Amino acid sequence: MSGLLSALVWLPVLAGAAVLVAGAGRRDALARRLALGFSLAIFLLSIPLYTNFDAGTAEMQFTERRVWIEAFNIHYALGVDGIAVPLILLTTLLTVIVVIAGWKAVRERVAQYMAAFLIMEGLMIGVFAALDAVLFYLFWEAMLIPMFLIIGVWGGPNRIYAAVKFFLYTLLGSLLMLVALLYLYNESGGSFVIADHHALPLALLPQQLIFFAFFAAFAVKVPMFPVHTWLPDAHVEAPTGGSVILAAVMLKMGGYGFLRFSLPIAPDASRELAWLMIALSLVAVVYIALVALAQRDMKKLIAYSSISHMGFVTLGLFVFNAQAIEGAVVQMISHGFISGALFLCVGVLYDRMHSRELESYGGIAAPMPVFAAFMVLFAMANSGLPGTSGFVGEFLVILGAFQANAWVAAAAALTLIFGAAYTLWMVKRVVYGKVISDAVAALPDVDAREILFLSVLAGLVLLVGLWPAPLLEVMRASIENLLAHTAVSKLP
Amino acid sequence: MSAVYLAIPLCCLAAALVIGLFGRRIGRRGAHCIAIAAVAAAFALSLLVYADVRSSGAAGGVFHTVYIWGVSGGVPMRVGFMIDALSATMMVVVTFVSLMVHIYTIGYMAGDPGYQRFFCYIALFTFAMLMLVMSDNFLQLFFGWEAVGLVSYLLIGFWYERDSAVAANLKAFLVNRVGDFGFLLGIAAVLLLFGSLDYAAVFAGAERVSEQTVSTPFGEWKWMTLVCLLLFVGAMGKSAQVPLHVWLPDSMEGPTPISALIHAATMVTAGIFVVARMSPLFEFSEAALSAVLVIGATTALFMGLVGLVQNDIKRVVAYSTLSQLGYMSVALGASAYHVAIFHLGTHAFFKALLFLAAGSVIIAMHHEQDMRRMGGLRTMLPVTYITCAVGALALSGIPPFAGFFSKDAIIIAVSHSDLPGATYAYAAVLLGVFVTAFYSFRMLFMTFHGKIRVAPELRRELRDPPGVVTWPLVALAVPSLLAGMVFFGPVMDGSFFGEAVHIAPEHGAAAALDAQRHGRSGVLLILAAILHGFVTAPFWLAVAGIAAAWYCYCEAPQLPARIASACAPLHALLRHKYGFDALYQKLFAEGSRALGGFLFRRVDAGLVDGFLVNGAARLVGRGAKTLRAVQTGLTYHYAFAMIIGLFALVTYFVWR
Repeated sequence: MSGLLSALVWLPVLAGAAVLVAGAGRRDALARRLALGFSLAIFLLSIPLYTNFDAGTAEMQFTERRVWIEAFNIHYALGVDGIAVPLILLTTLLTVIVVIAGWKAVRERVAQYMAAFLIMEGLMIGVFAALDAVLFYLFWEAMLIPMFLIIGVWGGPNRIYAAVKFFLYTLLGSLLMLVALLYLYNESGGSFVIADHHALPLALLPQQLIFFAFFAAFAVKVPMFPVHTWLPDAHVEAPTGGSVILAAVMLKMGGYGFLRFSLPIAPDASRELAWLMIALSLVAVVYIALVALAQRDMKKLIAYSSISHMGFVTLGLFVFNAQAIEGAVVQMISHGFISGALFLCVGVLYDRMHSRELESYGGIAAPMPVFAAFMVLFAMANSGLPGTSGFVGEFLVILGAFQANAWVAAAAALTLIFGAAYTLWMVKRVVYGKVISDAVAALPDVDAREILFLSVLAGLVLLVGLWPAPLLEVMRASIENLLAHTAVSKLP
Repeated sequence: MSAVYLAIPLCCLAAALVIGLFGRRIGRRGAHCIAIAAVAAAFALSLLVYADVRSSGAAGGVFHTVYIWGVSGGVPMRVGFMIDALSATMMVVVTFVSLMVHIYTIGYMAGDPGYQRFFCYIALFTFAMLMLVMSDNFLQLFFGWEAVGLVSYLLIGFWYERDSAVAANLKAFLVNRVGDFGFLLGIAAVLLLFGSLDYAAVFAGAERVSEQTVSTPFGEWKWMTLVCLLLFVGAMGKSAQVPLHVWLPDSMEGPTPISALIHAATMVTAGIFVVARMSPLFEFSEAALSAVLVIGATTALFMGLVGLVQNDIKRVVAYSTLSQLGYMSVALGASAYHVAIFHLGTHAFFKALLFLAAGSVIIAMHHEQDMRRMGGLRTMLPVTYITCAVGALALSGIPPFAGFFSKDAIIIAVSHSDLPGATYAYAAVLLGVFVTAFYSFRMLFMTFHGKIRVAPELRRELRDPPGVVTWPLVALAVPSLLAGMVFFGPVMDGSFFGEAVHIAPEHGAAAALDAQRHGRSGVLLILAAILHGFVTAPFWLAVAGIAAAWYCYCEAPQLPARIASACAPLHALLRHKYGFDALYQKLFAEGSRALGGFLFRRVDAGLVDGFLVNGAARLVGRGAKTLRAVQTGLTYHYAFAMIIGLFALVTYFVWR
């Protein structure tokens, strides 16, 4: 299966170029169909990544390695472990869904829109599969460009401000990461191989500096308090598809970065500074949830909910036990489904009413019963109801956190109350109650296309909720290995 | 048998899925036929399981794993069943009441546009409740626990166009979530202490853990106390114990069949069931038992008092449910777990009966629920009247109705408890008997006796609803009369639940109940109990309550208003339900919204985004603006700058 990862990285980029060329001159229908065909093919191509994956080992699999720039010892090296595989599958699946979701809503520059998502898909897969730090960094930065364009071109009225804010914020964070990578290159005697950096002994001070440099890049991406304010703006202005990919995949790169870089490269600093990470995570879980309660814009509410749920990811990573880290990774996948689905739900409403304000809605259960059922299901998943994927991650993280510190677990468990409060308050305002206006009364229910993408996500939310065993199985060896690695001090 | 175990919940789930997905295609008839067939099958199979458990008497229960949910951190988490006398009893009670409610619903919801949706929900509820009671581990318990909460949420808000219903369902879910917050932490503590979430492993390790302590802000505690209290916080939410009781009266916004099934007979008893199931843990913590006792006693008495001033027929029954759940908690606190479950069972029958009878009145009255506009209905609704009277007698604890036996056993048990708070609890449950009888018969008299206050145009149409409504009433009246007599003996001698509940020898309630038999059993025991009942305080308190209600509402109907104005502050306190709702609304609902608004505007938008983020951007912008002034683009400016630079450099090198 060698070459599979390369195909998964570059096929989407080529497909994007093809859609761009074929769809030029407003051949929108062709662009849509091509994009759907390509994204489906890429999704199918990514399935062997799971079926042929050997869950028994923590070794990188499907590896490829070629010298790329000899002078600086830079390699084109790809490979995946049990943490990256589910994230890549999440990416390929959601790209298909985003293509379907944008089928009718996007009317301007259709070919460019579809191409941007396909190209971004390849670059995001590259982030998850890169084993060389320079390659990782390139994908990491390159992926910003399509998202910048998606927000800036197809976004809402304040799109330029949001796009620039998103770009500058994430770019600034990444630059410090680049400094850290160059330092590691020097220290390791000229190697950009991430695995070499894992094995590199480091004194506490450089570890701390490296930790903060990576923190700047990853915390912005997650995003963690207090560097989260770009996200609500970006979500509000982004088109539906942009919000879906942003929330479902791009935020996960922050969590993935902590797993792949911060923890194994600076384990002593990570343990030393875990209190800070835990504190910031709890601020996200509690404070951001309260902020979410005050929102009047549905997308902003879901954006704040995303930050709050991502707090569980960072919390799980820094309490240092298997349950919590497994919970964190499950939470990443699950949040991909649920936040994606919720943004799609808002998109369905926005396409009909051209408003994201809670006040414009009320009583949509009467004209849109099928949609209401989906919305309530995803809202319940967002509230962490057992039987949905939203429960699994939060449950495992809370169990894991309790082993470390009962107070931390108690603070995190407040999400049971706050998470349900803001989500169901939104449901109450939008779905239930009297039909608020004639415009709402006349809303058509979801059509077959919309039912298709919502039910795919609903199925996954329930599957992972009722039977997370396969997902936990894939990542177990990799997480055990990571834990064993971080347990050993790197101090010289 | 394991296939039977699996079939019981799955047929309910299958019915719910089919009705939910194809509701429009199968139509109303299809929906109720499928749901009733499924629940009837579940009931029949539950009886089979019950008979099997009774005859085999398998010690410690039968365990059956369905599948491994997931393995995390080396701990396998499973979905599986534990079948013993406790779970089998609960299965029979749940499926029987559910079946009656399913049949009744055909009549009650006949004209409702959401007919299929309703059957989907109640079938789903039955599934979730069965998963809860059949579970053999904490994970699945929590799954069932939250799933019944979900269905309760959906059903309270069933008439989603009513603002009051939508407010009530959100409130119910969130208050329950406060309880679940404790419950989840309790589960986390169990995993920490026992390294497993399976009941078998946890119960086996209880003794080992019982001496371990943990330091809390309140001093050094036994771990077991902390675990039990956390789990009980969850039970308080679900079983509506003070101060987490506020959601239950509001849940009456749901259709009446739901009030009967979920908010009286089954779901709200989940907390009681869980504490009984966890008896091997609670027995190691007298502090936790004491807390259960006191909270239960408070709920039993003070919620009953609120029932005295309600005029909505369903709300009277709702407050009575709160009060009776308090009685069950008192029994748990007194280590008489089997008595708690006994009362849970008898209560399920007569309370479902009372709710369905209230619903029958509501149908007959064309959805009027205010008792002040009823009165004298007994001649026009004879079946409803007689069955409702059976329910009221059972609730008041008049021998030989079912409630007499279970309530009497609770009072005996608590009188033999020597935990801190037991005296208070004894006084509360004794006084509660008077209160219970008073509000039950107040309801009966206001509705069925006295002057007819029904609007004249409605009067001609008043008659008993059709058979699908009245037959379930009759079917529930039978166990409301008989269940006490049938199960009294085995409960008293402790053989009924066998090893399903664990009672430490130093907790004397069970032994006291056994001694109370004086060696009698069978019919003799029941006769003796009834005869003895006539000479005890609870009986006379109940009779006094009935007599007082009769005097106030039949003989001197002006009296209640006069008493109310004479004790105006007390009356206001009860009318406002002790102010819990107003306090929670101000403090938690509005408080958190206000706090959220403040944090958003001041901290998030103001400080973090406005000052730090955009401030940094502004700083860069302003700095650039200043520096830009230097870049004038005029050659002589640059030449001048060069000269100054040159001068400075030369000066520096010369003077160095």
